[in-house]
Amino acid sequence: MSEFELTVNGSRYAVRAEPRKLLCDVLREDCRLTGTHVGCEHGVCGACTVLVDGRPARACLIYAVQMQGSSITTIEAIAAGGRPSRLQQALHEAHGLQCGFCTPGIVMTFEAYLKENPRPSEEEVRDVLSGNLCRCTGYQNIVAAILKAADAEA
Amino acid sequence: MKPAAFRYHRPRSLAEALALLAEHGPQAKLIAGGQSLGPLMNMRLAQPAELVDLNSLAGLDFVNENEDAIEIGALATHHALATSPLVRKSCPLLAEAAQSIGHYAIRTRGTLGGSLAHADPAAQLPLVAATLGAEIVAAGPRGERRIPAAGFFVSLMSTVLEPDEILVSVRVPKAAPGERHAYLQFSRRRGDFAIVAVATTLLVDKKGNARNLRLGIGGAEDKPVVLTDFASGEKPDAVARKAREAVNPAETPRVPAVYRRELVEVLARRALLEAMGK
Repeated sequence: MSEFELTVNGSRYAVRAEPRKLLCDVLREDCRLTGTHVGCEHGVCGACTVLVDGRPARACLIYAVQMQGSSITTIEAIAAGGRPSRLQQALHEAHGLQCGFCTPGIVMTFEAYLKENPRPSEEEVRDVLSGNLCRCTGYQNIVAAILKAADAEA
Repeated sequence: MKPAAFRYHRPRSLAEALALLAEHGPQAKLIAGGQSLGPLMNMRLAQPAELVDLNSLAGLDFVNENEDAIEIGALATHHALATSPLVRKSCPLLAEAAQSIGHYAIRTRGTLGGSLAHADPAAQLPLVAATLGAEIVAAGPRGERRIPAAGFFVSLMSTVLEPDEILVSVRVPKAAPGERHAYLQFSRRRGDFAIVAVATTLLVDKKGNARNLRLGIGGAEDKPVVLTDFASGEKPDAVARKAREAVNPAETPRVPAVYRRELVEVLARRALLEAMGK
């Protein structure tokens, strides 16, 4: 067992876990932040995407013990004060989700990406979205929502 | 899909990391971005007893310029390579290939050193390092040594690095004035490893002929293949046919050897035409 501290969404969590415990599992089971979803557990589906020091990362390819000294942001931090972000609002308005399992990963990926590239082309959006699998195959409306959010940010 | 238990080490200096490798030998495995090792450990294809995390080694993510090369630290991410103005200007083939790796959230974690040391025969960075004639710098208990990329890759996921060595940086020659390049890969889905990938650099003379042609091929064999033995002005069709004949792909259940050969020829021709038209 290792004992260490994690900084998640600006709060500190004292964690006692085996070094092999994945960040996504520690977030869900130890920090009780269940908004981060766990899909494939080998870095393919993108459902567990969180931000590490502002950059998107697969939480299933990181051991929580590695994150001492890093700042982690999860989906729980995005709707600040209960108000959805522009991207969340756009996903709502464009019906950019069906079952919603992949949605937290998509929101985290694009919260970061739209900061880096605030006015992406549709091709760029589709390219980045290729890292997040949606098994409801609702990509059309997800793309529309992201472009809508990008427009609103302009 | 949970990794086997391991002991976690987080050295603060290169000397400390080397000491851990010396102590634990082949039981120890280095982790940087974890984008290749992570899946292998989750699937228990890799079960290192000692995991040595390099992420606290300060200053290993640099991108520096000197007269004829760009020096890049092993911990520089694919995203950093793809977006660095220095890399884009002086080693545009490297930047372009890095941009095609995996997905956004993979590129922000995966590292140059990790990809080279992992040595997947279909990966972008081993192919580009071999094509550009990069030099790989490894630190070990006997000091530092420089290894030409052409002699670095041994076979599938195997390199000449010793168990007690750490890949610390890579020296990539700058593109010559007027040099053109292309990187093309074929994979079934965006972000997958290539079935075949091709990288090329060349100059175009006043008659429009290719000179100083270097053609790298990934995915066709167990390590990158680099061809440079072309006559000045050799036509893309002829180069592509030579490339097809030069490779000896394995028969695999899902990809017949003849299919990879065909891809080598098609991609080589397209890459040359693209580079010459640029």
